[in-house]
Parts: sequence; structure tokens; C-alpha cells
Amino acid sequence: MKILVAVKRVPDTTVKLKLKPDGTGVVTDGVNFEVNPFDVIAVEEALRLKEKAGGGEVIVATIGSKDATQQLRHGLAMGADRGILVVNDDDNAIDADVVARTLKAVVAKEQPTLVLVGKQSPDGESNQVPQMLAEHLGWPQATFASKVVVAADKASAEVTREADGGLETLSVRLPAVISADLRLNEPRYASLPGIMKAKAKKIDEFTFESLGVAKAPKVTAVGFFAPPERKAGAVVASVEELVNKLKNEAKVLG
Amino acid sequence: MLDLFAIEELLSPEERMVRDTVRAFVDAEVMPCIVEHYRAGTFPKHLIARFGELGLLGANVKGYGMPGLSSTAYGLILAELERADSGIRSFCSVQTSLVMGTILLFGSDAQKSDWIPRLGRGEAIGCFGLTEADAGSNPGAMRTTAKRTKSGWLLNGSKRWITNGTLAEVAIVWAKTDDGVRGFLVTSNTPGFTARVMHGKLSMRASDTAELFFEDCALPEGALLPASLGLKSALMALTQARFGIAWGAIGAAIGSFECARDYAVTRVQFAGRPIASHQIIQQHFAEMATEITKAQLVAWRLAELKDAGKMTPVQVSLAKRNNVRMALDVSRRAREILGANGVCDDYPPMRHAANLESVYTYEGTHDIHTLVLGKALTGIDAFA
Repeated sequence: MKILVAVKRVPDTTVKLKLKPDGTGVVTDGVNFEVNPFDVIAVEEALRLKEKAGGGEVIVATIGSKDATQQLRHGLAMGADRGILVVNDDDNAIDADVVARTLKAVVAKEQPTLVLVGKQSPDGESNQVPQMLAEHLGWPQATFASKVVVAADKASAEVTREADGGLETLSVRLPAVISADLRLNEPRYASLPGIMKAKAKKIDEFTFESLGVAKAPKVTAVGFFAPPERKAGAVVASVEELVNKLKNEAKVLG
Repeated sequence: MLDLFAIEELLSPEERMVRDTVRAFVDAEVMPCIVEHYRAGTFPKHLIARFGELGLLGANVKGYGMPGLSSTAYGLILAELERADSGIRSFCSVQTSLVMGTILLFGSDAQKSDWIPRLGRGEAIGCFGLTEADAGSNPGAMRTTAKRTKSGWLLNGSKRWITNGTLAEVAIVWAKTDDGVRGFLVTSNTPGFTARVMHGKLSMRASDTAELFFEDCALPEGALLPASLGLKSALMALTQARFGIAWGAIGAAIGSFECARDYAVTRVQFAGRPIASHQIIQQHFAEMATEITKAQLVAWRLAELKDAGKMTPVQVSLAKRNNVRMALDVSRRAREILGANGVCDDYPPMRHAANLESVYTYEGTHDIHTLVLGKALTGIDAFA
């Protein structure tokens, strides 16, 4: 079973980002980058499905600068077999649709049985790529997966999704696109022998041109603004004063 | 984490990935359990299998299915482990440098293929017995002996302060023979071999420290490490382990520093100002950061020299001596910044400081390394 996992290089989710003074994006100098944590879950699921099937291939693909090879190496160190980098120097110059169409071109090359991706990335938080990719491919999609079971004949998969009111179980024909939610699994660490082996694994590079993809975004980012800083709170002296303020200043009491 | 001189830029992508993996592992699996084990005076045995799975044991060993990481990557691993506790780092140091390292340096091919893979996976644990009750800084005074018999050797004596002693399936024991000091592989099921936990430690409480006793232990000929010839063989193994200590100590220092910094910027005293706004506290941070940065550069350069095959015991003495004293000083200052809260085990600096008292003393005391440097610099041996 051949599984393609799309991964994204994102700023370390534990650091506080700063905006560029001109509002064209975030400051990336001195910021550590990592693999989108949802994509790490997708890689883990792909590795487990491969291990369960007793064979197959897991390919990690990303669109980004050459620095994004580090994130591909992370997937390879976890156990993926090879990587694909589509070189793109400016993340702000593409949108979810360009990403989806690029992944469609990679799918056309690789012909995987399954595409696994994180449900969204913590930088853009748009949650659009898996759905758009399924649409472009004309494949079934199952988003926010918390459990994936591939049928023995590899013709379908049963996917449990976390919905607001409970769990929903879908059956999708394969090939399909599945997006990983937080509770799908607990990803393994990239083991030290895995990190060393990853050095020797192959990463193929493509450009938008070589894949025949038009780098024509439908959505462009116009500006970035930080939310206004919260004003300091005030201490009130009495219950009467509090009620008065809630009525007349905050106007939340009638 | 403190990195004022951008050591990060000196690391390869693999080295960063290794460091990040171990950092995540330590935060998720070691930090939550370490205080409990320190209080109880027990080693967190459940971590051993995890060390093996991740490839932390023998991480710098080449061949035998081991990761074969650079010395820098290995050093970064030890610093991350010691950020949690010196006892955790000691476990991995002993297994990697003193046990696997000694077998690789002086063992036969059969001994290497018998032990290295199992030690690397954490399926077998090893310990290293050189120190005795009356032979510490002067290991040449050891009383443990191995006498030739028809079928092998007869081992008698005892060892003390042996890390991993009661956990170990195999002990590397140094003993006097008619041909000088030799090293032996002694399995824990050998009749006459006993290991006893040493109680009452106020330091390294999360580390297994033992006394080993050998009463007429009959060892097969294959127990001898054939290439071990004289005390200098034992000292060679120790040089490798001390390299790791020079790196590991930085972790204890950074753990203490980061804790004190977090505390000082939030702890408010005097007119609503954080204590970090006070000049004496700022001076502490300036001193700590300067010394940590110097130690990082020493450790990084030492790893470069080691991988180039140029590392000398004098350089290792300088690095171990400097970096451990630095870490001890930083952990004490950090404890001081924490005030009364600093004496509780809710905060790591005092635990680090207590551990570092052992690190200051083991693997060549601070003073012995001083005299190694003195001899190298003046040409005069203070012991002679």
C-alpha cells in the first residue's frame, strides 16, 4: 500500500511570533521551525498502516523552501521511505488552492492508494487543503479522522470522525484523502538510528513548472495585524460599584 | 534555551533533530517522574526500554546496528538528559562510555558481538567497577585481585560507588593480576558475586549506586578483556566518559538557569516589581549566562577535536573541571534566586546542585583534574 503524506514546515508552535513592522508577514529570523503537529500525526498513521499491511511505501511531500527538507527529514527519520519537495520560496505567494493543485500533480505522479494530511496547520489555520485536494482529484474525503481502519482488500477504509455531538463513522472507497485530527494516534519520536538512516533516503525536487501547476493563487494575504492589546483590569471597592459599572459602563446588565 | 553565542548555527540538521527528539522525550517522559524517584531514592527503571528504543544507549557507537552519531550529537543528548537529572545522564554515560566503550576498546570480537547490541537496546545493563573503598583518586591502590586458575580466573575483592551496580547484568571489573591491572566481564549470576544498594545518599538519589562484592568468583577465560593492559586502559575508558560529563553538566546548569529566570521575572517583592529588576539578581544572571556560554563553547570544540581524533586527556580534564564547577556554581546561584522556595523539590536547582556535588567528585575529582592540568602546564607531577 502506497501512502502519500503531505507535511508543512511551520513556526514552532510554542513560541510567540512577532509581526514584521510593515505588516507583510511574521518575523522568521531566529524562529525555530517544525513539522505541523497534525501532519506528524498523519505520518504516524501512515507508518502504522504500512506496518499493519506488512509492506508498502510511505512518501512525505512538502511545498516550501529548501529549508523545508528538514521537515521532510523528520518524516523520513520517523520511518517514511522517501520525500518529495516542491520548491517554493514564498509561502505568502500561494494559497490553499495552489497547494491542493500541486498535491494533485504529485498524486498523479505517484498514484498512492491513500493521501493522509493533518487537518490544518497552526500557522494558516485554514483547514482547506484536504477538502480541495479531494475535490480536484474527484476522490472521497474523510476529515478530522480519529480512527482509520483499512479493509483487508484495500478497496475501502472505515474512518471515525470527531463531530461536535459525538463520533461519526464513514466508509470511503480508496483511493481517498483523509485528514488527521489530534486524537488519531500518539506519534513516535524520530529515533536516533532513524535520524541517521534518514540522511541516506531520497528526496526528489520539483518545481511548479515541472509539475505543470500554475502558481496562480485565488486568495492573497493583504495584511497582518496583531490583535489590540488588552487593557488592564480595574479593582472595584464594593458590590454596588461593580453592579453600577456593569450597568452603565459595560452595559451587560439591564 | 540559553544560546547567546548561536551554537545552534554550528549544529548539523541531524544534530538538531537528535537534540529535539531527546528534548521532547525528556520533557514528556522524564520530567514528570523524576522528582518522585529522587524522593524515593530509586532509579526510574521503566525508562530503560525507552532509552533503548530511541537509540540513546551507545548513540555514538559505530557498527553493531548502533546509530553512530557525531560526538556533538552525543553530547547534546547528555545535556538534555542532565537537564532532567544528573542520575539519568549518569545511567546513559555509564552504559555508553564506560561499559560499551570499554568493551569496544579492549574486548574480543566475541565479547563485542555478545554484548554491544543487547546493551544498546537496553536489554542488558552494565556497570563499571574501578573505585574501591580505599582506592578512589588513587585506583592503583586497589585490592581486588584476579588469580589465574586452570580454567580461567578467580576473582576476590570489592568495589564501591558503582553506578547501575544492582541493575547490571554485567560488571566490568578491574583487578590486579600477575601482569598488572586487567579488566574482566563479570555477569551478575556468577556465584560469589553480590551487589548491594548504598543507602543514605544526599545526592544522585535517582541513581542506582552500589557496592559490589566478589568472593572466590570463578571466571572463564573468556571473561578477560584481552586488550586491557594496565591501569591506563581503565583511564582511557574514563577519558571518554568525562567527555560526556563536560557536556551533560551544561544541561543541569541550563535547567537551573531557566528555572531561576522564569521565577525571577514573575516573583514580585518591593513595590510591585519583579525581583529580576534588582541589580544583584541581574548580576547573577549575567554571571550565569557568561559561564554557561563559555562552557558550551568548550564542550562544542572538544567534540570537534574528539571526532577529528585529536582530543587529549588534558583537554578533557580542563573541560570536565571547568564545566562541572560552572554547573555547580550556576545551580547554587539559581537556588539562591529562588529564596526559600529554592529548598523545595518543586524546583530543580537544589536537586541539580546536590547531584553536581557527586559529579564534581566522580570521574576524577575537581582537584585531581587541577593537578592533571598543573602537570601538563609545568611539566612537574604533583604526585611524584
